[in-house]
Amino acid sequence: MLEFDLQENGLRKLNSALHDQKDSTNQTAWEVINPKGSHAIAVGIDAPIEVNIKGSTGYYCGGMNKQATINVKGSVGPGVAENMMSGKVIIEGDASQYAGATGHGGLLVIKGNASSRCGISMKGINIVVHGNIGHMSAFMAQSGNLVVCGDAGDALGDSLYEAKLFVRGSVKSLGADCEKKEMRPEHIELLRQLLSEADCDAKPEEFTRYGSARTLYNFDIDNSDAY
Amino acid sequence: MNKIEKPAIPHTTPRYSATFSNDVNSDIRRAAATGIYDIRGGGAKRKLPNFDDLLFLGASISRYPLEGYREKCETSVTIGTRYAKNPIELDIPITIAGMSFGALSGPAKEALGRGASAAGTSTTTGDGGMTPEERGHSTKLVYQYLPSRYGMNPDDLRKADAIEIVVGQGAKPGGGGMLLGQKISDRVAEMRNLPKGIDQRSACRHPDWTGPDDLEIKILELREITGWKVPIYVKVAGARPYYDTTLAIKAGADAIVLDGMQGGTAATQDIFIEHVGQPTLAIVRPAVQALQDLGMHREVQLILSGGIRNGADVAKAMALGADAVAIGSAALIALGDNDPIHEEEYNKLGTTAGAYDDWHEGMDPAGITTQDPDLMKRFDPKEGGRKLRNYLKVMTLEAQTIARACGKNHLHNLEPEDLVAVTMEAAAMAKVPLAGTTWYPGKPGTSY
Repeated sequence: MLEFDLQENGLRKLNSALHDQKDSTNQTAWEVINPKGSHAIAVGIDAPIEVNIKGSTGYYCGGMNKQATINVKGSVGPGVAENMMSGKVIIEGDASQYAGATGHGGLLVIKGNASSRCGISMKGINIVVHGNIGHMSAFMAQSGNLVVCGDAGDALGDSLYEAKLFVRGSVKSLGADCEKKEMRPEHIELLRQLLSEADCDAKPEEFTRYGSARTLYNFDIDNSDAY
Repeated sequence: MNKIEKPAIPHTTPRYSATFSNDVNSDIRRAAATGIYDIRGGGAKRKLPNFDDLLFLGASISRYPLEGYREKCETSVTIGTRYAKNPIELDIPITIAGMSFGALSGPAKEALGRGASAAGTSTTTGDGGMTPEERGHSTKLVYQYLPSRYGMNPDDLRKADAIEIVVGQGAKPGGGGMLLGQKISDRVAEMRNLPKGIDQRSACRHPDWTGPDDLEIKILELREITGWKVPIYVKVAGARPYYDTTLAIKAGADAIVLDGMQGGTAATQDIFIEHVGQPTLAIVRPAVQALQDLGMHREVQLILSGGIRNGADVAKAMALGADAVAIGSAALIALGDNDPIHEEEYNKLGTTAGAYDDWHEGMDPAGITTQDPDLMKRFDPKEGGRKLRNYLKVMTLEAQTIARACGKNHLHNLEPEDLVAVTMEAAAMAKVPLAGTTWYPGKPGTSY
């Protein structure tokens, strides 16, 4: 385990050291202490390493991650794991706005609650939130899966494309072109797998699936009131 | 009885309304028939005050010129000197603006890379990610970071020579992109992670930041991911150039790209293009003022775009304080867009060469703004690249001709004092004297 004191050594040194790790690195375990809400911690990693951050972070923690597993023993600011490509980011606490925004792959797990616009414009990432999510989550979400074990706020899945949304609790309101969908066996199986990977003991059968009604895919004047 | 002929009542000649012109009436009929606003490509077509309304004074007894064929006039520019470890060094101050693969064909993007590289300048990706054709043929490639984030990934980000965070575009300040179903081919759909054939809307705001304080953190993140190596530009529409430039500098930008309303778009509402934004001529001085007020003029570079057509426009933009310009529509014309050789086919599409702007429909007879495999075959990227290189060289020679006549040994030495305006509007916007006077509207110390 390599310990890195962020306040003592600075952000540039940390990210530079993490970027130096390649596929074959032996330094696979990293611990970052004293994050103290700093921004852009552990961004742009491309190696199969594990980074444990002991405390809360600011914006864009784990941004554009590839391969790495990043554990945050605290809460995170806006845009955690934004544009993640692969790997895993696990947050013990809560997440601010835009968690997992535009993510292309990998798994983001938030053990607390996530704020508004969780999964905005997601492009293949899987997100599992143990708690609740805020308004406008999964806005323009293109693909991937958003799993919410608690409740969802207003306008869930507004202008959704092909992403799948699973909510166990209540949904305050659905956004334009988002509708309730049938839970088929393949969805139950997918959910079982995601919940297991996210270390969540919720039962897949308790969830409702939401997806795109696909009525806004091509412009039609008769749908203009939807906006 | 003789029939008494009544005198003929004279008729007035038919008179068209200036308010309800034929253009306006056709637009009303089109709206009534379709129920949808008119979408088109390109920039503002209306007549606007522009660089043609400015003139250079040239040399005189107090300023002596440089010999055109013997004395050097430098054209190089370095962009990104503020923070980047590897600033971009260009031979000429004319860059190629961001245009997407999707809006343009793969061969057209390749031609832009070939032409720009041969002329010693940069080209720019667009709202669709980086294609191998474009990266492979561009010695200097600027990677746009757009609200849609289509195709965005850290590997391409690190392959870029600069990153351009797009906040706005001159043709549509405050508007997102649009790519209609006809152009969402298999390849475009895959790159954008979207179903084929849908009408694709790009968001108007970035998904994970709002406002100047967030922008500063976003710039930090991008610098950290790319190791502080490459310059980070911020592109804004010419909406509030003084404040937007100020805020972008404060957020840590290496360069500002400022786009006036004559700047083109792949597709958006005609009403948006014609009625939102400011003319390019009007936005450059406020932006330069912001740079000067913060002591950042020439340290943070200003790249001006929106209707730049020739070396005179380049020289005028630089005289007003820009470090470089960017061209989009003009580059497409150099490649062959709207060429009269396709007139018959333009007629079949209900238009004419020079007026074709339905780029979003993907039927471009020139094979440039299309994803149709048969139309794309008409366009030769090597030939297109050669034409673009020629055009960029001519623009540079033209700008040098003017600069030498003004006694400047570098295009950057052109200054507002070299210019006069031929209209009151241009004098007010460019803050240079109305020709024959020492005055412009709004000049400090005057009461007008």
